[in-house]
Amino acid sequence: MSVNLTLLIVMGVLYACGIYLILERSLTRVLLGLMLLANATNLLILATGGYAGLAPLFSKSTDPRDYNDPLPQALILTSIVISFAVTAFMLGIIYRTWALARQDDIQDDAEDRRVAKTPSFDAEDDSVVPEETSEFPVTAVTEAAKEGGPL
Amino acid sequence: MITVLAVTFAAATVAPWIFRKLQRNAFYVLAAVPAAAFVWLLLQYDRVYPGKGGNPTGGFIEENLPWIPNLKLDFAFRMDVLAWVMSLLVLGVGSLVLVYCARYFKNKDANLGGFGAQLLAFAGAMFGLVTADDLLMMFIFWELTTVLSYLLIGYARTRLAARRSALQALMVTTAGGLAMLVGLIILGQAAGTYRISAIMTQAAALITGPAQSAVAAAVVLILVGAITKSALVPFHFWLPGAMAAPTPVSAYLHAAAMVKAGIYIVARLAPGFSESPYWLPLVLGLGLATMLVGGYRALRQTDIKLILAYGTVSQLGFLMMVVGLGRPDAALAGLALLLAHGLFKASLFLVVGIIDHQSGTRDIRKLSGVYKSSRALAIVAGIAAASMAGIPPLAGFVAKESVLETFVHYGTGHSGAGAAPEPWGLVLLGGLVLGSILTFAYSARFMWGAFATKQGVDRTPFKAVQPSFLAAPAILSFLTIVYGLWPDPVDGWIQPYAALFAAPDAGTSASSASHLALWHGLTPALGLTALTFAAGVVMFHARNLVSRAQSRVPDWVDGDRAYQRTVGALDDVAVWVTGRTQRGSLYFYLAVILTVAFAVPLTALIVANKPLPGGVFLIDPNSPLQLIAAAGIVVGALAAVRANKRFLAVLMVSVTGYGIALMFALQGAPDLALTQMLVETIILVAFVLAMRSLPPELRDRTGGKYRVVRVIIGVAFAVTMIFVAIYAMGARIAEPVSLSFPRLAYEGGGGLNVVNVTLVDIRAWDTFGEISVLAVAATGVASLIFVRSRGERLDKAATIPEGTVGRRAAAGGSSRDDASLALVRKFAGSLTDPWLVAGRTLAPERRSIIFEVVTRLIFHSMIVFSVYLLLAGHNLPGGGFAGGLTAGLALTIRYLAGGRFELREAAPISAGMLLGTGLATAAAAGFVPLLLGGQVFQSAIIEFWLPLFGDIKFVTSTIFDIGVYLVVIGLALDVLRSLGAEIDEHFEETSSADAADQGDIGSAAPIASPATTGGSAATAPGKGIP
Repeated sequence: MSVNLTLLIVMGVLYACGIYLILERSLTRVLLGLMLLANATNLLILATGGYAGLAPLFSKSTDPRDYNDPLPQALILTSIVISFAVTAFMLGIIYRTWALARQDDIQDDAEDRRVAKTPSFDAEDDSVVPEETSEFPVTAVTEAAKEGGPL
Repeated sequence: MITVLAVTFAAATVAPWIFRKLQRNAFYVLAAVPAAAFVWLLLQYDRVYPGKGGNPTGGFIEENLPWIPNLKLDFAFRMDVLAWVMSLLVLGVGSLVLVYCARYFKNKDANLGGFGAQLLAFAGAMFGLVTADDLLMMFIFWELTTVLSYLLIGYARTRLAARRSALQALMVTTAGGLAMLVGLIILGQAAGTYRISAIMTQAAALITGPAQSAVAAAVVLILVGAITKSALVPFHFWLPGAMAAPTPVSAYLHAAAMVKAGIYIVARLAPGFSESPYWLPLVLGLGLATMLVGGYRALRQTDIKLILAYGTVSQLGFLMMVVGLGRPDAALAGLALLLAHGLFKASLFLVVGIIDHQSGTRDIRKLSGVYKSSRALAIVAGIAAASMAGIPPLAGFVAKESVLETFVHYGTGHSGAGAAPEPWGLVLLGGLVLGSILTFAYSARFMWGAFATKQGVDRTPFKAVQPSFLAAPAILSFLTIVYGLWPDPVDGWIQPYAALFAAPDAGTSASSASHLALWHGLTPALGLTALTFAAGVVMFHARNLVSRAQSRVPDWVDGDRAYQRTVGALDDVAVWVTGRTQRGSLYFYLAVILTVAFAVPLTALIVANKPLPGGVFLIDPNSPLQLIAAAGIVVGALAAVRANKRFLAVLMVSVTGYGIALMFALQGAPDLALTQMLVETIILVAFVLAMRSLPPELRDRTGGKYRVVRVIIGVAFAVTMIFVAIYAMGARIAEPVSLSFPRLAYEGGGGLNVVNVTLVDIRAWDTFGEISVLAVAATGVASLIFVRSRGERLDKAATIPEGTVGRRAAAGGSSRDDASLALVRKFAGSLTDPWLVAGRTLAPERRSIIFEVVTRLIFHSMIVFSVYLLLAGHNLPGGGFAGGLTAGLALTIRYLAGGRFELREAAPISAGMLLGTGLATAAAAGFVPLLLGGQVFQSAIIEFWLPLFGDIKFVTSTIFDIGVYLVVIGLALDVLRSLGAEIDEHFEETSSADAADQGDIGSAAPIASPATTGGSAATAPGKGIP
């Protein structure tokens, strides 16, 4: 099995840049980072096909080993188009965020912050319960007696 | 048994409807269900007790219904002697409690239907629990009782006390239940079967066998479950807390159900596992402690219900000791006591319910003169309380006598020849006597507190008690007397169970085995009973002294507070952990995830320390030109990171994309190169369209110290990936599966382009999944922008007035901008040639004659080319993806040149329609072969002759490709309509609103129509015409 370092090094650079970008608050950069990561992954899949070869267009006289491996190619083709769809979706999100909040930033989740500050006292668990010595408070009993209802 | 269960649960399901019809009288209907089951149970007597000739340990009835055979889980039920006695209690008391409920509750009480259903289901679950013959089946019923008790205790859901007690009971018993589940599984695995009857036959082998330590642990875990369920120290606190339940529920819970489940499991396992090493210390130690703590606490309570509740705690400890002792006489005494307790405790609780119901209080400091108000009630209660205190000739006396006798024998060892006295036996006996004294004292205190006329307290108003209300406790008290006077039948019921135990002294013959009887003669046990009574009477008379002494002693066992602290501490820990991990920062999450993602494989690589595989080349010998593409990609990626202008960054990412297209081409992948080029181009346009309103600067907002972390994570991840890839590829030993693809593609798929045939035929399922994702994503884009609809409405171009789209209002001033605007409009006036259908709708300053002419020239060619790509793709580079993207590009050009109405004219079919049709076509290509007798996505080759075209070889997978083609066009169209056309409209709305508001055009929000920027969309978005 042959390993083409050129592809892998380019892949590495794309991964490094992509990850640098997605660890960022700007949504646009996160999207660009994702695109770089997608490209890097495509290269990784491509590299599994081994060395460059003939385009996989069948001809009876060619040994199957002379083609560039068609299976990774099919996978990459799928990946390219899916990346397009994901990118378009993210663009929709970026536009929407901007239209609503005039922001291109990933905000911290305020709810998570609130949870972290939850006090340890919880009324349901910790408040003092008045002692109850009857299921039938006197008022209810006397009322029932007045109405002459069934006992 | 299965029928009984099924009917019970079915009745519980329909209970709410019965209640809607009959209101509280529906309880009578529900009571009929366990009553009928009770009758059924009595009819089974002959089969369970086959008589003298049969097995000394009694007969049994078995029912099995397969459930999940793979897990060996069956609906396995077995009615043996123990189950029969327990069922007697469960069904009998259950039925009486339901009868009682019909008078206890009022018609107007809320949620009565649900309550009745839960109570009945509770009885059913208890019945299932005692009859289940499968450990897991039993556990299911066990947890059912837990859940149902939670609902029942929390019946008054508006009261905090009820909710909290219910939750507490649930937490404590579930915690024990989970421990028990682990124990059950260990036991089941060790025994090789989950069938309880089978496990019991090999119990002796298990506790001495090779897995003996595992079995001992399992037994301890199961006992933990029993201890929590039966409210033994240190988990006793939940039971008094559960007093927040309606009193009938308490009666059932305490007397016959729930807490008796723990006793039952001990009784069930005792014949085989009481020899297990930790069994006796746990059962006897905790049992005795519980008996004393419960009795001590009961003497302090002022609420008669709480006196009873702590009394139950005490009695449960008592029961646990006796049942768990693991000797035949103890087994006899234990079950006798269980029945006696069930009778008197249920009766007492029901009496308390009546007192509360009629007087409105349970406080002994307020109750006075109740005896005078209702003698019948007092007599019923008196019998039950006397039985609890162990006064002859009642059930409690008979049972307690036999318990004392057992422990006298256990402690002194003189029941037979050669039995050595147990060292702790006398301590236990002393504890038992002390516990019995306490029991006598709190029984007396209960009667005094509930019924006596107290000095200085006004006589409590008390309504007359209806006989129907009193019936249930009266029946129970009556049975208490019968049982006491005539204990022989009970003795007969229990003897076979006692016979399961090996007698400790081999010399004991059947004749000298113990029996239940009212009069045993002058035995030491009788002496102890007399002592108990004497001390109890003294204690009751000195009750003021006792309570003063008690108030001086601090509470050393306060399980309730410990529970609250534990739960509070758990909450705090949870908040702390959540606060540290769930910070709400995406950056933090990603950093953690990515760090793990590189650290783990990297560590594995370093630890494995393998040499690099062979065959690593820096430069591909077949394609050295790749180095150039590589350099371009690297430069593009680094520039994208450093770019501080939005569109510059986008362009740089595009550079890497195009570079990768080149890389694909050099690698021998023309399809990929083509698709990548097309996608990059469309993405570029989409970026410009979507981001034209965002500010051009792109600031790095996660700077400073974070930047270093980001660089480290990025580089480390990249290096890890490179090495992982090298090792992974070097580890390959098998022939690639794709070596056979070319032949498969040609012979099976009928195409020369292996990649395309792979997509539409060999791996068609993958592609089908993918186009589904595309359809979803397209819909997502549309809904993000259109928000309320999928946005299928757009008027025809003909209805739009000329030159209105994207028009800039003229400013009144004399700036150069205005002058150029006027000039443009003058020239545009003559631009009437209809190069495009909707070109005229654009404002003159938006139009570009060159662009319109070029569009006119190339649009149709591109569409034809896209169809060519689609159809030729089977044999040459191309296919549905490339074709669809080309068509999408053609539409993009139309839109850029002529605006949104031009797009509408170019693609009169809606995007949703295209996506749907495409998916349907692809799906049809999948299932039609099925109808024709083939397999999903099987393709066929059809050859025919057409005039003009000549011989045609048509492969049916092309139909699938057409579906792909349509979906991709739909996606492109959705992107254009959403990110292009709809955002145009947003702009026009806001800018016209701004203009109207301010009348100041110069500072209005930048109006951008793609038409103006089309030619240089990437670099000069939203600037308008210079």
